[in-house]
Amino acid sequence: MSNDSLAGLSADEVRHLGDVAGAMVPADGAWGVPGADDAAILSDIVQSLGHDVPLVRQALGEIAAKAGGAFATLDRDRREKLINEAYAGRSAAMVALGRVVVAAYYRDDRVLMALKFEPRPPFPEGYALEQGDWSLLDAVRNRPPFWRDDRGTSAGER
Amino acid sequence: MAGHEKVDVLIIGSGASGAAVAWSLAETRMRILCLEQGDWIKSTDFPANRRDWEARRYTDFDILPNRRGRATDYPVNDDNSLMKIANFNGVGGGTVIYTAHWPRMHPSDFRVKSLDGVADDWPIDYWALERFYEENDRMMGASGLAGDPGVPPRHPPMPPIPLGKTGTRYAQAMNRLGWHWWPSDTTVATAEYEGRSRCINLGHCTPGCAQGAKASTDITYWPLAIRAGVELRTRCRVREITTDERGMAAGAIYYDGEGREQFQPAEVVIVACNGVGTPRLLLNSASARFPNGLANSSGLVGKNLMLHPWPIVSGYVDEPLDGGRGPITSLWSKEFYETDRARGFVRGYTLQFGRGTGPANQAIMGAAAGHLPWGRDHHRVYRELIDRRVNIGVACEDLPEEHNRVTLDRVLKDSHGIPAPKIDYTISENSHRMMEHGIARAEEILTAAGATRLYCSRTALNYPGHLLGTARMGTDPERSVVNEWGRCHDVKNLFIVDGSIWVTSGGVNPTSTIQALALYVADQMKQRLANLFD
Repeated sequence: MSNDSLAGLSADEVRHLGDVAGAMVPADGAWGVPGADDAAILSDIVQSLGHDVPLVRQALGEIAAKAGGAFATLDRDRREKLINEAYAGRSAAMVALGRVVVAAYYRDDRVLMALKFEPRPPFPEGYALEQGDWSLLDAVRNRPPFWRDDRGTSAGER
Repeated sequence: MAGHEKVDVLIIGSGASGAAVAWSLAETRMRILCLEQGDWIKSTDFPANRRDWEARRYTDFDILPNRRGRATDYPVNDDNSLMKIANFNGVGGGTVIYTAHWPRMHPSDFRVKSLDGVADDWPIDYWALERFYEENDRMMGASGLAGDPGVPPRHPPMPPIPLGKTGTRYAQAMNRLGWHWWPSDTTVATAEYEGRSRCINLGHCTPGCAQGAKASTDITYWPLAIRAGVELRTRCRVREITTDERGMAAGAIYYDGEGREQFQPAEVVIVACNGVGTPRLLLNSASARFPNGLANSSGLVGKNLMLHPWPIVSGYVDEPLDGGRGPITSLWSKEFYETDRARGFVRGYTLQFGRGTGPANQAIMGAAAGHLPWGRDHHRVYRELIDRRVNIGVACEDLPEEHNRVTLDRVLKDSHGIPAPKIDYTISENSHRMMEHGIARAEEILTAAGATRLYCSRTALNYPGHLLGTARMGTDPERSVVNEWGRCHDVKNLFIVDGSIWVTSGGVNPTSTIQALALYVADQMKQRLANLFD
């Protein structure tokens, strides 16, 4: 499949998205994780855009405009500063861009394993949830009823 | 236009209320048909089956139809409302994508005029509904713990969801403050129940339960209703309810799955389309005899929309908890539910304590709150936040105001050309004061729990919009749309059973009460079968 056909973004837009995603969530050897511009992750982002294409396209356009059309030529510090400033306004477009990037990033096997999460869907294995400390409820059990009884009697009399 | 054999009862909508009323009426052996515009959802369809389970909260299992955009959805113009409209169009309706939090209204909620001098009293009280709450708890399969001093007695048939690490942390904080808390009632099966498997902790319950542990009416009421003879037709979108020369409901015109126009005649029509879909349908059913919409001589169809303002306060603690590995519902607090005028507002709110979410949603929410930066610091900060998120929702009672309303949009239409609903809604001054009070208390609690980086979302993404009040019940035909047992004042064979008929909203998730009301209306109908139209 050519980039041109991927979820409506052009090849240039996909390249720009890769630059932006890589600046948002960069690879980090110290943590042992790829960046969001990793080929597999970027492909997942693009393929999952769905009806967010217009918002993501808008966000990419806003970023390109702030960079004077030369985002790819900016150094790392300037890229990060620009993206954080653009995101600070919480426009629907930037929030959508952030959402689609991390939604794909935090389901990648390598990322999840680096975080010590199991790389699997929740079903069918599920997870264990401990009971917790039910003795804490003793402090509340002894409290008299305090909801308002509309029948003219106190709750405790019923 | 194709025609069909006349049925005794036509129910429009298969969600929380439509399913309950269908099941209850089935014992009459009447011929009952339900038209549903959506599909059956299979357990294999739900997000928890797939690796992209978290992202699908924002796509095909989003609670907001405008973002979800399924072929079975209709658009809603909610541009003039800070709170967005949530619903689901499919068998089970909103119960497919609710959190399964299961509080009841309080007795005082039905007496707000008498007790607090605001809005109107309901024409029925809590005690009229009590046995239907109990019946519904058994039918849906409620889990919880009896003995809560903050609410009237109830008897959930299953034990509560475990406290877990998150609930324990909240409970310690609440005890430190001396404030009420209790494990939430839910409709998550914590044990094998009536053919349903128990919860295996698949994470956030909202986008559907692949295990079938969360009660939705497609797996509770509907199998029983269908077995009892009720017919359920999917992919049938009703355009309008027609009336005959006597002004009685004659049936409904709908579009079938192939887009063909059909007419279904009926002796009785029951509308169960929720607090937005129902007024939309009634307004779209205007005719020469009912020029302002069907059953709308009061002018109140669509008015008094209540959506439950629901700020969320979140923070991060210093140890990993169990977010994303258990139901989001955890505890509730009724400490601030009943009116105390010293607080500066009337009525009150439930505090709803939530468990965190999975790794992707933690990043989404961390970024949206401004805690998670982009760039080289992203990974370090993410690891400070991951699994440590705690959050409290402030479920505020929303009082009825006529300017909050559903009308028909003049331009926007669904895929069948039916005018879409338009929402005009503002949050009242009383609600604002209540919200700020609740936000301050939630911040106190989270601080007592050791949380930092507190953040408040006053109109939170992906929170209700519950849809209530737009065809209110009452004894006065000039001040209400349906009578005290759900029959329209203007059309004596037309009933409404969904959240539209609420007079006030309480400060709780509504599904338990919506269904108790539907069972109550069905019971009233059964008692009056011989003279239902008198």
